[in-house]
Amino acid sequence: MDLKEKLVSSFMAFEDGLDLDHPVHEERSNAMKNFETKGFPTKKDEAWKYTSLRGLQKVDFSIFPKHETTLEYKDVKKYFLHEIDTYKIVFVDGVYSSYLSETTHDGVDICLMSSAFSKPMFQQVIEVYFNKAASKDESLTSLNTAFSKEGAYIYIPKNKMPKKPIQILHLATGNEAALMLQPRNLIVAEDNAEVQIIERHQSLTGNEVFTNSVTEIFAGKDAIVDYYKVQNDEPTASLVDNTYISQKRSSVVRVHTFSLGGKLIRNNLNFYQNGERIDSTLKGVTILGDKQHVDHHTLVHHAQPNCESHQDYKGIFGDSSTGVFNGKIIVDKIAQKTDAFQQNNNILLSDRSTINSKPQLEIFADDVKCSHGCTIGQLDEEAMFYLRSRGIPKKEAKALLMYAFANNVLESVRIPELKARINKIIADKLGVRMGFDL
Amino acid sequence: MKNNSMLEIKNLHASVDDKEILKGIDLKVNAGEVHAIMGPNGSGKSTLAEVIAGQEEFEVGEGNILLEGEDLEELSPEERAHKGVFLSFQYPVEIPGVSVTNFMKTAINESRKAQGLEDMPANEMLKKIREKSEMLEIDRKFLSRSLNEGFSGGEKKRNEIFQMAMMEPKLAILDETDSGLDIDALRIVANGVNKLRSKDNAIIVITHYQRLLEYIVPDFVHVLYNGKIVKSGTKELALELEEKGYDWLKEEAAV
Repeated sequence: MDLKEKLVSSFMAFEDGLDLDHPVHEERSNAMKNFETKGFPTKKDEAWKYTSLRGLQKVDFSIFPKHETTLEYKDVKKYFLHEIDTYKIVFVDGVYSSYLSETTHDGVDICLMSSAFSKPMFQQVIEVYFNKAASKDESLTSLNTAFSKEGAYIYIPKNKMPKKPIQILHLATGNEAALMLQPRNLIVAEDNAEVQIIERHQSLTGNEVFTNSVTEIFAGKDAIVDYYKVQNDEPTASLVDNTYISQKRSSVVRVHTFSLGGKLIRNNLNFYQNGERIDSTLKGVTILGDKQHVDHHTLVHHAQPNCESHQDYKGIFGDSSTGVFNGKIIVDKIAQKTDAFQQNNNILLSDRSTINSKPQLEIFADDVKCSHGCTIGQLDEEAMFYLRSRGIPKKEAKALLMYAFANNVLESVRIPELKARINKIIADKLGVRMGFDL
Repeated sequence: MKNNSMLEIKNLHASVDDKEILKGIDLKVNAGEVHAIMGPNGSGKSTLAEVIAGQEEFEVGEGNILLEGEDLEELSPEERAHKGVFLSFQYPVEIPGVSVTNFMKTAINESRKAQGLEDMPANEMLKKIREKSEMLEIDRKFLSRSLNEGFSGGEKKRNEIFQMAMMEPKLAILDETDSGLDIDALRIVANGVNKLRSKDNAIIVITHYQRLLEYIVPDFVHVLYNGKIVKSGTKELALELEEKGYDWLKEEAAV
């Protein structure tokens, strides 16, 4: 049985355990129909030209974990940003771990999708927001919607701000030989609310994991949302991250994506601007080696006048790693005075590494500022010589230049401890000790 | 008698992409001396500086470079730096995100590591940074800026000399350190260099113009033309070149 058939038959079993009168039920059924019709995307789909899911479809994934596992905090502490106090929403093999989590309902709701789906007090928010930003057309998003049951639920009412940042951590224990996970997150920041979120997927063993995640983010008027994605997983863990962001007037949403490890990473990051004076920021640092693959597909849809978007993606590819950057910007006819900036710079460290970079601009307004630039090169030899002539060995010099290259993205991280953590991951990856915090 | 040779270059040939740039250089610099190397554009001055510092882009054919009697041929640029070679770059490279201070800490501690020493204690490092930056009239704020990023030409050069002061090399090569400097900056940089002169180190000043040599007075002046040293003399030679240009030497060399 291939993965698609397995998912279709699992859906029937999944439905048996759910309340069929729940308003979300119809959304799930429709989504399943769409996935059944379309199936997994193939290389014939333009959007999946450089990323193949064929290998993953041959793996015999468990759709639901058979075992429930508890983990000791000390064993997974290193995957948390433990240097600062945070709220934590933690899942172990897709199942909520109350033991590892720290949630709240004190003025803000930082809890679980399963609670939000089942408790009447959350029903209104679910009706207004759930599946309203996510695509109903894209098949993997539909697949996630069909199985949507668990994930992080974050609701920040008007003028509120949680006392501390929120971490969402998805751990895979390896108790299943191969496990498929489909977390579904809903994040709502109402007018003038503010929130900082860090999300990480982490496999604890070399067993195969395939995560197909959907996150919907709604930013009300003047709201500020900072979202950090830390992708530094095992070489047997694959991730398709579908994130949909809907912004209202004068809101600011910044998403940073750090793709530093994993087998296959596909980021579908979609911004919809539904008001004036919106600021959308998309930044990414990718450092890969071995046969790792990352594919960043971004979309910024400027649908109203006087808005901005800033995209800056830096990629460093070693060994036989491969990368894709596809940045789509749509500027509607009405969206005059749009200021859209897109930059994608890449360094290839080896003859076998590849990057495919493609800007895709569809501009229907005539008074706009849209700039895009893409570079693909090697490490600057002159700069290497400069550093080495100061006594800095080759490996360390290389690392310093990579830091410098990624710096534009790193410097806009607003949680210093997170920035230090990312720097440490990068330093460890490069096998260097920098002797100072960058 | 004690041999006080710091640098000895014997019949040095170097080429890039099969084009020979240095065509047999002989030069001896003793500890405590300052040598100036002058010459028209394209004569090979910067190539000589980079070859001594170990730039791997150049193919070194015949000849040797000896530092205190030790052949540098097999040594990487960083190993040469650890042995005390320093090159002040004509065009220093910008390193965003790495402050001047952190860059210096890394450079100094890497050199110490290579010599089997522990990292320099933080207070000692700070003291040294303060001392050397004051000597070069460098503002404290400047030290926390990203290395060379957005620096003016003068700031870049002053920063190069600051690095020299911090690293305390045995052999410093200053490649066109005067270019892009106004007269005040030139004076500060030259004063800094003069304070770093000692009987235990040697300095090679590469320049187009005699102007810098009014402030950093050399013991010897050499003229490089077409990959060879065509004339050597004392500081008066620099004045002569200022007055007469290089054409008479080109003619002499052609004969």
